[in-house]
Amino acid sequence: MDRSDTWSMFLHFSLLSFMAIGGVSAVLPDMQRYVVEANHWMSAKQFADAYALGQAAPGPNMMFVTLVGYQVGGLIGAVATTVALTVPPFIFTLAITRFTANNADAPLAVAIRRGLAPVTIGLMLASGWVLLRSTDHDWRSLLLTLVTVAVVTQTRYSPLWLIALGAGLGIAGVV
Amino acid sequence: MDATPGQPAIDPPLLFVTFSQISLSGFGGTLPWAYRMLVERKAWLTQREFAETLALGQLLPGPNVCNMAAMIGYRYAGYRGAFAALAGLIVWPFLIMIVTAILYQRYGELPLVQQALSGMSAVAAGLVLSTGIKMASGMRRHWRPWLFAALSFAAIGLLRWPLLAVVGALAPVAVFVSWWSRR
Repeated sequence: MDRSDTWSMFLHFSLLSFMAIGGVSAVLPDMQRYVVEANHWMSAKQFADAYALGQAAPGPNMMFVTLVGYQVGGLIGAVATTVALTVPPFIFTLAITRFTANNADAPLAVAIRRGLAPVTIGLMLASGWVLLRSTDHDWRSLLLTLVTVAVVTQTRYSPLWLIALGAGLGIAGVV
Repeated sequence: MDATPGQPAIDPPLLFVTFSQISLSGFGGTLPWAYRMLVERKAWLTQREFAETLALGQLLPGPNVCNMAAMIGYRYAGYRGAFAALAGLIVWPFLIMIVTAILYQRYGELPLVQQALSGMSAVAAGLVLSTGIKMASGMRRHWRPWLFAALSFAAIGLLRWPLLAVVGALAPVAVFVSWWSRR
């Protein structure tokens, strides 16, 4: 791993950031292919661990790319992957926002927002469902998920307590 | 979209602090925390505005919540607001991930950490589901939006079809029906 590798990783991840429609998980398979299979910069296990840690740590889930970048190229690698995935879409989004802000009440703009919102809600529920299917192995962790849904939808308690409870129950071997 | 009287002005420093709070609370993903902060606590957005902003953020390439931060920051405080919101969202998790990477390289996988993670991920699944349920409760009482929500849930969650294909097919139809039914 030298500077030119870091640079090509930066370019590849920048390219992927433009294909990450619907979220970074859309391009996850190609990231894995690039760093693990094509370049052998890290093992598949290390990549999977990075993803799991990124899910658990505070911050957007896509921050696992920081961990991938660090594993591959140290601090510079971490900066490269993080910037590659956030800055190009950020500039693109601002350009679009600037355009739509001037046309926010145009019938087509309203139709796009109104029409896409339900699709997004369906995707959100699907993400929860997929997470549920991939993390819950028995009725106790399923119960923990359902209790979370009940508490979060019916009360205003901070979900941080539930996360702490989940960690505690996990360490205690309950779930 | 103006802040209600009595609330502080939504300027870049406040955007930075607010998105830092969202980011640092965001175990298992930031969206539930963004919803809680922006809709329930600060009331900067209504349920429907949140869903609409998120929908646009998902349509655009890049991390959804970063796109939302850019749009909301820009709406309230222009380019500086957009940059402040994104910085709040990214800077702290970046530092945390660097520390995590160093710890991971040094200690590898502790069984205790793995156990804690499995409990936390069960809760995280519940948080994401709850956010979806809350957003759905803000939808219009009409069969059309519910049909499209059900279709995208079934295609991605149950059938596990590729996201690009599903959104590519469903989004134009949903937009067209929404545009057509307005008249």
